[in-house]
Amino acid sequence: MAQVTVPIGPQHPSLKEPASFSITLEGERICHAGMRLGYNHRGMEKAAESRTFIQNIHLLERVCGICSHSHSTNYVSAVEAVAGLKIPDRASHIRTLIGELERLHSHFLWLGVAGHEIGLDTLLMYSWRDREPIMDILAMLCGNRVNYGINTIGGVRRDITPEQLQEVLKVVNQLEERTKYYVELALTDTTLGQRLAKVGHLSHEDAVRFGAVGPTARASKVDRDTRRDAPYLSFGKIEFKVITDDHEDVFGRTVVRVCELIESYKIIRQVIATMPDGPITVKAPRKIPAGEATSRNEAPRGENIHYVRSNGTDKPDRVKVRASTMANLGSVAKMMEANYLADVPIIIAAIDPCFSCTDRAVQVNDLSRGDSTVMSFKDLRKYSIEWYRREAGVDLGALNTKLAKRLAAR
Amino acid sequence: MPELTPIQEALEANFPCLAGKVVVPRPMQAFVEVPEESFRAVFDYALEKLGFDRLCTITGFDDVNSLSVLYHLSHPDGNMLNIRRRAPRDNPVITTVTDRFPGGANYERELEDLLGFEVTGLPKGPRYPLPDNFPTDIKPLRKDWKPPQPKKTAP
Repeated sequence: MAQVTVPIGPQHPSLKEPASFSITLEGERICHAGMRLGYNHRGMEKAAESRTFIQNIHLLERVCGICSHSHSTNYVSAVEAVAGLKIPDRASHIRTLIGELERLHSHFLWLGVAGHEIGLDTLLMYSWRDREPIMDILAMLCGNRVNYGINTIGGVRRDITPEQLQEVLKVVNQLEERTKYYVELALTDTTLGQRLAKVGHLSHEDAVRFGAVGPTARASKVDRDTRRDAPYLSFGKIEFKVITDDHEDVFGRTVVRVCELIESYKIIRQVIATMPDGPITVKAPRKIPAGEATSRNEAPRGENIHYVRSNGTDKPDRVKVRASTMANLGSVAKMMEANYLADVPIIIAAIDPCFSCTDRAVQVNDLSRGDSTVMSFKDLRKYSIEWYRREAGVDLGALNTKLAKRLAAR
Repeated sequence: MPELTPIQEALEANFPCLAGKVVVPRPMQAFVEVPEESFRAVFDYALEKLGFDRLCTITGFDDVNSLSVLYHLSHPDGNMLNIRRRAPRDNPVITTVTDRFPGGANYERELEDLLGFEVTGLPKGPRYPLPDNFPTDIKPLRKDWKPPQPKKTAP
């Protein structure tokens, strides 16, 4: 049978972030998949070198809008390790609490997206409804729904009152009941089972070989979780189960994520029950002594890695960010092999990809023009019309005018 | 003198060139700089004998006088081994590790795109992460490259 290559993306139905996939088909079956990334490349690592250690907390928190706390915790932990700082236990507990709340809202978000990708929008409505109370709790504790701004070098910037902790417990209790229903749904619902089972298969061997992380790896029987294997923050004192599954497909990835919600509730309860009194920060030097550290953090999508090297000044010499999606992308092409074209959206979505995380690194300007400017919306629109006229032979400006006239004549 | 960790002991016992070079600045994190001629042997030993089965990422550096690369490996028991190799700044050619970790291709493409390394043996593929029309002679993570500053600010 003749092979046909179908381009999917950079803008495509699978998710709202850009990534370009090149899918080669034999009939409806995928025989090869390639990808082109980099569309969200923003210059974070280069930018970090010209900012102070403190300024970088706010920069690196914006690597991702969903696991922002994971990235900022990862970064400040690396800086604290280089500086030899030990943060107070209360600060460690607060960081752990926010991290688990972040995992909850991320997994609920994914559950909704997965439902949407397979046409089960009821699940989207349910799970995004349940995500809202968590966002409200995060806003109450940190002042923001995302990009929480809670971390600083040496601890956290805001304390939590006993009343706020009670509010968290109230929401956790409510959500746990609903989550039990989702667990039952994931394990027994025929629609979900038939649509997701055997789709996007990734064997245990391939998951290890391609370096998959997080729920993607754990759904292929890879028993790895940084929270248990290399305990950070308060995880060394907390009991929880690392969820693994042996389905090795999208169904398994769904089971792992919904079951992880239950474990996160357990972690949050333990954190609140053992929240120590005391200070929330220690004094950190403005200039960080020369040294290097690698920091690891189990973000909702899997392990994030930050590396920080200091040269003894107030600015880092090098900051490296490796987000979990970057680790999981290696295995996506393998997951697609022998699946149907119609399964592409859910297979991509099943790693819970985040391309803004993946493509953090360097500011890109149009150097062919010899300078760099920040464009206004009007300039940007004009530039895009000119670009399409020049490069693609399409006059969007004329088409727009024509369309406007036609509409006005009706 | 602090006690050597098992990773330090194993590396120093098997590779005399690493004597005193394996640094453990904090628990579960070891750093070692390996001479280029021994890199592959040490890397393979870490995988096969020490059990470091995951390539977490690869970090490239411009150390001004030379370029260097740090391979971050992790073990199922939570330990991390960071292996550094060095390359001359004017001819930064290194060999690929994608034969052992196929998922590491994008990390090596980053080394090529952002720092100007030439990674021999890296399978062909699109550049990453810079756009196709980005000048190939500009290596943004080199210290001598400064990003152009905007002329005016957004309204």
